[in-house]
Amino acid sequence: MLELNQFLILSALLFAIGVIGIFLNRKNVIIILMSIEIILLSVNINLVSFSYFLNDLTGQIFSLFVLTVAAAEAAIGLAILVIYNRNAGSIEIEKINALKG
Amino acid sequence: MENFLYLLPEVFLFVVATILLILGLFIKNIRLINNLAIISLLIGLILIINQPYQSIFDNSYVIDEFSTVFKSMILIGSIASLMMFISSKEDLHIDFYEFPILIIFATLGMMVMVSSNDLLSMFIGLELQSLSLYVLAALNRNSLLSSEAGIKYFILGALSSGLLLFGISYIYGFSGNTNFNLIAVNYDTESLGLLLGIVFVSAGLAFKISAVPFHMWTPDVYQGAPTPITGFFALAPKVAAMGLLVRFLLNSFGEIYLDWQQIIFFISIASMAFAAFAAIAQKNIKRLMAYSSIGHIGFALIGVACVSSEGLRSLVIYLMIYLIMNIAAFSFILSLKRNDAYFENISDMSGMYKNHPFSTILIALMMFSLAGIPPLAGFFGKFYIFVAAIESNMTFLAVIGIIASVISAFYYLRIVKIIYFDEPKDEFDGFSIRSLNILFYTSSFLIIAFFIYPAPVISVAEYAVRSFF
Repeated sequence: MLELNQFLILSALLFAIGVIGIFLNRKNVIIILMSIEIILLSVNINLVSFSYFLNDLTGQIFSLFVLTVAAAEAAIGLAILVIYNRNAGSIEIEKINALKG
Repeated sequence: MENFLYLLPEVFLFVVATILLILGLFIKNIRLINNLAIISLLIGLILIINQPYQSIFDNSYVIDEFSTVFKSMILIGSIASLMMFISSKEDLHIDFYEFPILIIFATLGMMVMVSSNDLLSMFIGLELQSLSLYVLAALNRNSLLSSEAGIKYFILGALSSGLLLFGISYIYGFSGNTNFNLIAVNYDTESLGLLLGIVFVSAGLAFKISAVPFHMWTPDVYQGAPTPITGFFALAPKVAAMGLLVRFLLNSFGEIYLDWQQIIFFISIASMAFAAFAAIAQKNIKRLMAYSSIGHIGFALIGVACVSSEGLRSLVIYLMIYLIMNIAAFSFILSLKRNDAYFENISDMSGMYKNHPFSTILIALMMFSLAGIPPLAGFFGKFYIFVAAIESNMTFLAVIGIIASVISAFYYLRIVKIIYFDEPKDEFDGFSIRSLNILFYTSSFLIIAFFIYPAPVISVAEYAVRSFF
């Protein structure tokens, strides 16, 4: 039988991978979008496992909301990425530097 | 079913936004749609003020004094930015009918935020607001700057939502509830997991109010987004996220305030000090306003850190004055026009005094108010905050605040110096648009007249605080 701690460690690792993916990645923005998805999914693992071990349904309902919002967020992120690509001709992170000061 | 009657303003705004979205397909008159949006926001304001107090949906959505005051502030901010939009939409290439609709949806999200008393409704409100704001930042889709602002805002905003959610999952797991009041009853004070949750949620909310160390997006987004949208960013979302932060911390963790007080203490000092120094080197007025808003949020956070009724009262007063000052500042920035082109460089304002003697006096007074010079409104905002800090034995915060306020006076006064004493450039043709003038003169009047009759603002703030203390 798996314990709660094991789920929490898994989700903390996934969360860390997501955050590190956002900050260390120098290649392109798609990878950042994937990292954001990983973060949200790690939260879902947390919510569902807490919900199971607490015998309380709220966490699972919450995770459905998170999934829905994640889908909307990904759609908006990709749309902004498309218009950025049209204007700048690339989605390399190092080249996103028109605004600075 | 009865619950929905109490939701009347929210339902009304949602229905209006949907109708306008359909109407926009057939009617090509953006001005009409914008005016309808302004009228419906005004009706929403009336509905909010007349709303009976009640907590609905199993206490997950609360309508009380605090939420009413904050919602009114949010709606005033939204109306102001719609008025800014109508004056500049062609010149800034943002004449899309989606603008007023996105503003209404963002406003709706913020109304849910300040009323939410449950982690779930808080999350939904926050996301409704954020998703609308991402689109708004990138609204000028042919401009590199605007789409870059959109992408930066999206990435950091999504990261902050991730942090917030991670914190929410821990709070849920270690208290077994999502309702703020039930969390307050059920937590275990020794639990490290709960503390982790508070830290993550505070970090996520600090992103939304752009407090240091989570401020990185603010200057870039403020500069890149079209100016009416920058104005909106500076007005409503800050107020809403601040209201949400207060309700989250006080309702669910009011008993163990010693644990989170240090977090607020730190981000408040960091925001004030950072903004005071970083703004000095800025050349672009919108970037400058970004740093200015970071600093103002730092001052406002002192009110949260006090955890007392005086602190909260001074926070509400500060936010109201901040709202008025920013309406004045952004309607001034939108009036900066020369040969039919907008300019944003501070050095281009030189010699404005020659063309518009009367308006420049008001601009100078507004800058004095932002810097906190008596007897203008900005001074009183800071005054109440510092008094509250000293009364709750937080003299250190007050001292840092006063030092930061003195340093930041430099960059506000520099603008006044450039306007009055530098060599004049070509003629400057601002202050000719009616809707902007209404905003600019009314808000300037309020800034100047505040010290004559401050009672209404103070009594509204006292009224708002009644929900907590």
